[in-house]
Amino acid sequence: MATKFVKNAVGRMIPEKINGKTVIPFQGVHKYKTTGRRYAPPLSSSADYPEDGNKLVADLKTALKKAGLKNGMTISTHHHFRNGDLVANQIFKIASDMGVKDLVWFPSASFPCHEPIIDYLKDGTVHHIEGSMNGPLGRFASLGNMKGTGVLRSHGGRYQAVQDGEVVIDIAVIAAPTADPFGNANGLSGDSACGLLGFALADSQYAHKVIVVTDNLIPFPCIPWQIQGNYVDYVVEMDQIGIPEKIISGTTRITKSPDRLYIAELTAKFCDAAGIIQDGFSFQAGAGGTSLAIGNYFGEIMREKGIKARFARGGSNQYLVDMLEEGLIDYILDGQTFDLAGVRSMRENPNHVNTSPFTSYNYHGKGNFAGIVDVVILGATEVDLNFNANVVTHSDGYLLHGIGGWQNCLFSKTVILPIPLFRDRIPIIRDEVTTVCGPGELIDVIVTERGIAINPRRKDLLKKTKNSDLSILTIEQLKEEAEKICGKPEPVEFGDRVIAAINWVDGTVIDVVRQVIE
Amino acid sequence: MGKKGTAGNQGPEIRSDCYVAFELKSSGSREIILTSKVDALYKKSIQDLAHQILDFFNIKDAKLEIIDRGALTFVLAARIESAVKECLETGEEFWLDMIPENQYQTEKDRTRRSRLYLPGNTPRLMLNAGVHQPDGIILDLEDSVAPDKKAQARLVVRNALRQVNFYGAERMVRINQIPMGLVDLTFIVPHHVNLILLPKCESADQVQAVDLKITEILSDSGMDYPVYVMPIIESALGVIKSFEIASSSERVAALAIGLEDYTADLGAPRTKEGRETFFARNQVVNAARAAGIQAIDSVFSDVADMDALRDVVLESKSLGFDGMGCIHPRQIKVIHEAFKPTEAEIAKAEKIVRAFDEAALKGLGVVSLGSKMIDPPVVKRAQKMIDLAVKSGQLPVDWKEQRIDPDQ
Repeated sequence: MATKFVKNAVGRMIPEKINGKTVIPFQGVHKYKTTGRRYAPPLSSSADYPEDGNKLVADLKTALKKAGLKNGMTISTHHHFRNGDLVANQIFKIASDMGVKDLVWFPSASFPCHEPIIDYLKDGTVHHIEGSMNGPLGRFASLGNMKGTGVLRSHGGRYQAVQDGEVVIDIAVIAAPTADPFGNANGLSGDSACGLLGFALADSQYAHKVIVVTDNLIPFPCIPWQIQGNYVDYVVEMDQIGIPEKIISGTTRITKSPDRLYIAELTAKFCDAAGIIQDGFSFQAGAGGTSLAIGNYFGEIMREKGIKARFARGGSNQYLVDMLEEGLIDYILDGQTFDLAGVRSMRENPNHVNTSPFTSYNYHGKGNFAGIVDVVILGATEVDLNFNANVVTHSDGYLLHGIGGWQNCLFSKTVILPIPLFRDRIPIIRDEVTTVCGPGELIDVIVTERGIAINPRRKDLLKKTKNSDLSILTIEQLKEEAEKICGKPEPVEFGDRVIAAINWVDGTVIDVVRQVIE
Repeated sequence: MGKKGTAGNQGPEIRSDCYVAFELKSSGSREIILTSKVDALYKKSIQDLAHQILDFFNIKDAKLEIIDRGALTFVLAARIESAVKECLETGEEFWLDMIPENQYQTEKDRTRRSRLYLPGNTPRLMLNAGVHQPDGIILDLEDSVAPDKKAQARLVVRNALRQVNFYGAERMVRINQIPMGLVDLTFIVPHHVNLILLPKCESADQVQAVDLKITEILSDSGMDYPVYVMPIIESALGVIKSFEIASSSERVAALAIGLEDYTADLGAPRTKEGRETFFARNQVVNAARAAGIQAIDSVFSDVADMDALRDVVLESKSLGFDGMGCIHPRQIKVIHEAFKPTEAEIAKAEKIVRAFDEAALKGLGVVSLGSKMIDPPVVKRAQKMIDLAVKSGQLPVDWKEQRIDPDQ
């Protein structure tokens, strides 16, 4: 039977079922609320666990077997090791060797280092991925080669899906830079130190079985226990779980590109003109080169005015840590550390606090931090005339990026997307974005090198910046300028097959990604 | 096998450019092979452009291969035309539309604090050059272009003059030394260029040859707009002849100095203190002023050291220069900042301009400030200072109304 499609609240056609499960189409911001109770894993009894607290087993394969690895299970991993992760590939190698089929991989994000998983998608070990897909995996999925349909969620959306039972994790494998035999673990020290393990928090609490894998086993107690051993079934010791130089993200240097620096400077000027940068304000900027430069410009403005920020949300790195230590910021509320300066600061400075998607973004929480932030700086591949934005696909339709915390951050008081007007002839402002990841009503400002567009809903921002020397244009004017330079883009033809769903923070589907025709 | 021609650049690091291989055949019709990073969005438009150019040159049987890395139309067109012209003897040129934004003229004595060098065969760097708001951009055909790339660079530069919006920057081209530079002019002058930089200039004759050629091209193409010349002094002989050069033609709007070649000619190493070039810089400023034109300093080549750049610009200003060259967009802001008039300079200029206004109002032929008479060149200079202060954001445009006259 042919799949039926329904139109959702942003006008996208969504199939009624994905991977055999009924889909709820996006209904608008804050419109959909799941009812019922939180999902709960089966009860455990400490009688079933070693009385001496030693949960060590011989190796990962033993742990997976003991955890009951079998066909169709959902296996989760976290991405705190970024492109230096050595554990996820091993899980599926073991599963493949054991002849296990149709697994669902549920990572908090995937990276190019996970290219070997293509082999396990091909041999049927893995049915589909529910998490970001980029690089070779994104290409593989985009061409329609994955058996099932991918599901992309924000960091907050992942927590939501785990909490309301949309995703049931059978086995969570948590790579931990430091752990004790009881399963207490943290990311603060060891060769693979990555700062914190917030992305594995829900997994530890809700998975049916939890395996902690470490290359730095210390005697009980492992302090602090970012992951509590009381949730952990098995502990595995391994020679190496991550490649330190790759755990440190490659994106943590301020850009040298004069064009990007220019956009960064404009963004900071805009925030200043709009009255956002004032004593006690808060901000979140990503780890990309442009975002880092914006943080730096914020610092300059704060120094000049003699003011400081109450808190900054991380991704932390050297630059943010320097600002904290200089006294420009009271607190860093950190979701992931991008370099060793961030790891050190989190270890030593009580004002550098580790957070998780629960505190920061979770839809099922009694509130979360996202809306408290005064200004957030995000990226995008495309924005349309309604300010809807895309962060997961290229204009040619290939998956290239996860959602990360992007959707969740849209709830900040002011959302700014600093982006070049075109990249290699590809205009950024489109009539319609290829994939809607965020609804335009939450996106306030687009800063390009050729002008700034403010969402007409933000009359306050329009008013405040009216008499500044910034070039404030309409989004239509920006689009016209881009097309004058690049030419009008031709319509792109996609295949019929839906290769991935893009979930909104509440678990509804805001858009789907279709197969790319080569 | 037919004749083959190639143009452009290829490789994974290449952006906003393309590589074109063209082969002229005696039969077999037209074959266009396109590999493009942006083919999902621009395949048809690139193919249409290729056919249009081949039609223009009346080519029926040929193979054209395009490896595109996100090149804009002006680049694609230049590359295809270059590759075709390697196989075809023709004086015809394929001109893209001249965008209306590029048909402006500039004033001979306009502000020229910064001029940004852009290598003529690297289109990527041209796209956003105007965004950084330099007073001028220089599309360079000389030192930044390898000898075997000169022909293709001319077409890239010509097409950039027609199609790239530089957002009001004075559009300059540095041609090659004469005689090659005279050939460059035929590809440049009909396209609303504002100013020609003449490198390694050593005599008035060279400027006059350029002047004559510009006049000839303008008249042949039925164009009429000012095209200025900025000779660059880059040798000991050039320094000696600087006044002769500065006063050689009405088109000469400024005299620039190029210190790398000059110090090489002297045989003295170029130092940070710059004592070895002190004489030459003074001489060029002096010659320029004597001829009533602007004096423009050399470039500062350490793009990472903004503090050192600031020192150099401040010294430059103190010697009497009106501007200097930039080789990186980040230098522009520092240069503009350093060339800002001081508060005292602005205050003095304001007084002079107000005194002039008052004299004009009263119908007086002589302007005086207190008991001092003020000569017309001083008034002119004060007015320029005010213009610069407005441009630098130090004075509002309507300063006469907004600012209170300090003497009242």
